Amino acid sequence: MPLVQIRDVTKVYPASTRGGEPVRAIDGVDLDIEEGDVYGIIGYSGAGKSTLVRLVNALESTTSGSIIVDGTDITTLSERELRKLRLGIGMIFQQFNLFSSRTVRGNIAYPLQVAGRPKAEIRARVDELLDFVGLADKASNYPDQLSGGQKQRVGIARALATSPRILLADEATSALDPETTHEVLGLLRTVNRELGVTIIVITHEMDVVQSLATKVAVMEKGRVVESGDVFDVFSRPQSPASQRFVSTVVKGVPSDIDLEALRARHSGRFVTVTFRDGGASQSDVFLEFGREGIGFELVYGGVNEIQGRAFGNLTLELTGADERIDAVIDRLRERVEIVEVV
Amino acid sequence: MDAVIDLAPLFAEAAFETLWLVFASLLFGGIGGLIVGLALYVTRAGNLFANRVVFGVLNVIVNIFRPIPFIIFLTAFQPLARLVIGTGIGTEAAIFTISLASTFGISRIVEQNLLTVSPGVIEAARAAGAGPLRTILTIVIPEALGPLILGYTFVFVAIVDMSAVAGVINGGGLGAFAIQYGFRQFEPAVTWTSLAIVIILVQVVQFLGNGLARKVLRR
Ligand SMILES: Nc1ncnc2c1ncn2[C@@H]1O[C@H](COP(=O)(O)OP(=O)(O)O)[C@@H](O)[C@H]1O
Ligand SMILES: [Mg+2]
Repeated sequence: MPLVQIRDVTKVYPASTRGGEPVRAIDGVDLDIEEGDVYGIIGYSGAGKSTLVRLVNALESTTSGSIIVDGTDITTLSERELRKLRLGIGMIFQQFNLFSSRTVRGNIAYPLQVAGRPKAEIRARVDELLDFVGLADKASNYPDQLSGGQKQRVGIARALATSPRILLADEATSALDPETTHEVLGLLRTVNRELGVTIIVITHEMDVVQSLATKVAVMEKGRVVESGDVFDVFSRPQSPASQRFVSTVVKGVPSDIDLEALRARHSGRFVTVTFRDGGASQSDVFLEFGREGIGFELVYGGVNEIQGRAFGNLTLELTGADERIDAVIDRLRERVEIVEVV
Repeated sequence: MDAVIDLAPLFAEAAFETLWLVFASLLFGGIGGLIVGLALYVTRAGNLFANRVVFGVLNVIVNIFRPIPFIIFLTAFQPLARLVIGTGIGTEAAIFTISLASTFGISRIVEQNLLTVSPGVIEAARAAGAGPLRTILTIVIPEALGPLILGYTFVFVAIVDMSAVAGVINGGGLGAFAIQYGFRQFEPAVTWTSLAIVIILVQVVQFLGNGLARKVLRR
């Protein structure tokens, strides 16, 4: 059974102005998150990602539908029971949200104090976590004495204090520079692989999903428009939203403007070939052109990795007799996705 | 200068009355203001115990009473002081009225300072499993402590001011003393000495308040 089951959930906020429309922040969402998943939820600002993730630890209440965490429908729990539930779900934030009045140690200790653990146990657990996130030398520092990356490490340690099975990450790297992002993503990967924590990562950045997530849901206007295995979704994006996200890391068919620039420099015909891990390889395709004596030159595109599997689109300029080119394109269509760009 | 020396014992008495007036009022008004300010904060829309009715009522009460000039407040609430303290004049009656008046002012200062605590930090406490009361006591107040201390230091000066006005109901203290012996009996030295004592008092408290706030804010 999935660890988190989201069933036909909606969340409606009352209108912010008198007589205005209520906001359907979440509009009939279904998701299954299995134990051990790193589940990415990607979407543009306002898509409802933060709202959805806040429903999972009941910081917000659902308007309708059910959310089943580890077999319990949390929409039926009392506030007291919800507090206990939250001890088993860690959360990290874009702005870190550290307690500035507490030291690093005090921040990490907080959930343990809330849980009523004995002092000696708290001390030992905090030491363990400080080591895990590599901040043992910063235990007595205050948050304002730390860099962004260090702050997020404290946030992660705090979220893991009570050994939760689920970690919610709301734009956890969006306030960090690329290098620090990389470090924090690495730490989250360790949390997933070594501690077995199921992670739900909210983001508007493709690289986060690409490098960390195993499953993904694409959200738009409060709905999940596409979901599944990360490679499957992003190597065959169906919705316009998914296609736009993919295009931020993998170039697709050249746009009209790009095409115009290409035409200025090249006189042949253009085709865009999509390569996917498991399908025909580049050498298979190039060999076909060579055999027919068709000249080819790579003019646009690139190949990237998603979940360690190659995926990309290459646009080639083909030169040679038209009927030969037509014949090769027809033949290749059976083995690879190929479109002529005009 | 002779007048100052002749009046020395009375001077000392007035100075102690001022201290008593100010610190007792700061204590009661401070606690009252903290409670009302907290109530305003937590009942505000979107906050931990959001409640439109309670917030609305408190808000209106504070808005009505806070701007009343203290001299009018003092006389208008004399009957209430008589009812609660047993007398409408004297130092205790003055402490009662100053505490009441400052409660309204302090509640706004408390509310404003608590509002500076980022909602994200409160969300982090909730996500860690903390209930509303625990969140207020262990996160909201400590996070706002630096500005709160500065706010109370500021209030101290306002209360010193009120304590001088309290001479009107025989509240005692340096204010009444300066009027009676300095102004009415044409002894500017008495007025100036009173002034000097008040200045020193305010400076000492300001210094301590700033120092404490700096320690809390670690700046
Ligand atoms: N507390 C709230 N009250 C009213 N509307 C809200 C509230 N929180 C979010 N919304 C609205 O719900 C929608 C989704 O917001 P959010 O979940 O924050 O999106 P995302 O995290 O994807 O940017 C937005 O239209 C936002 O304005
Ligand atoms: Mg968001």
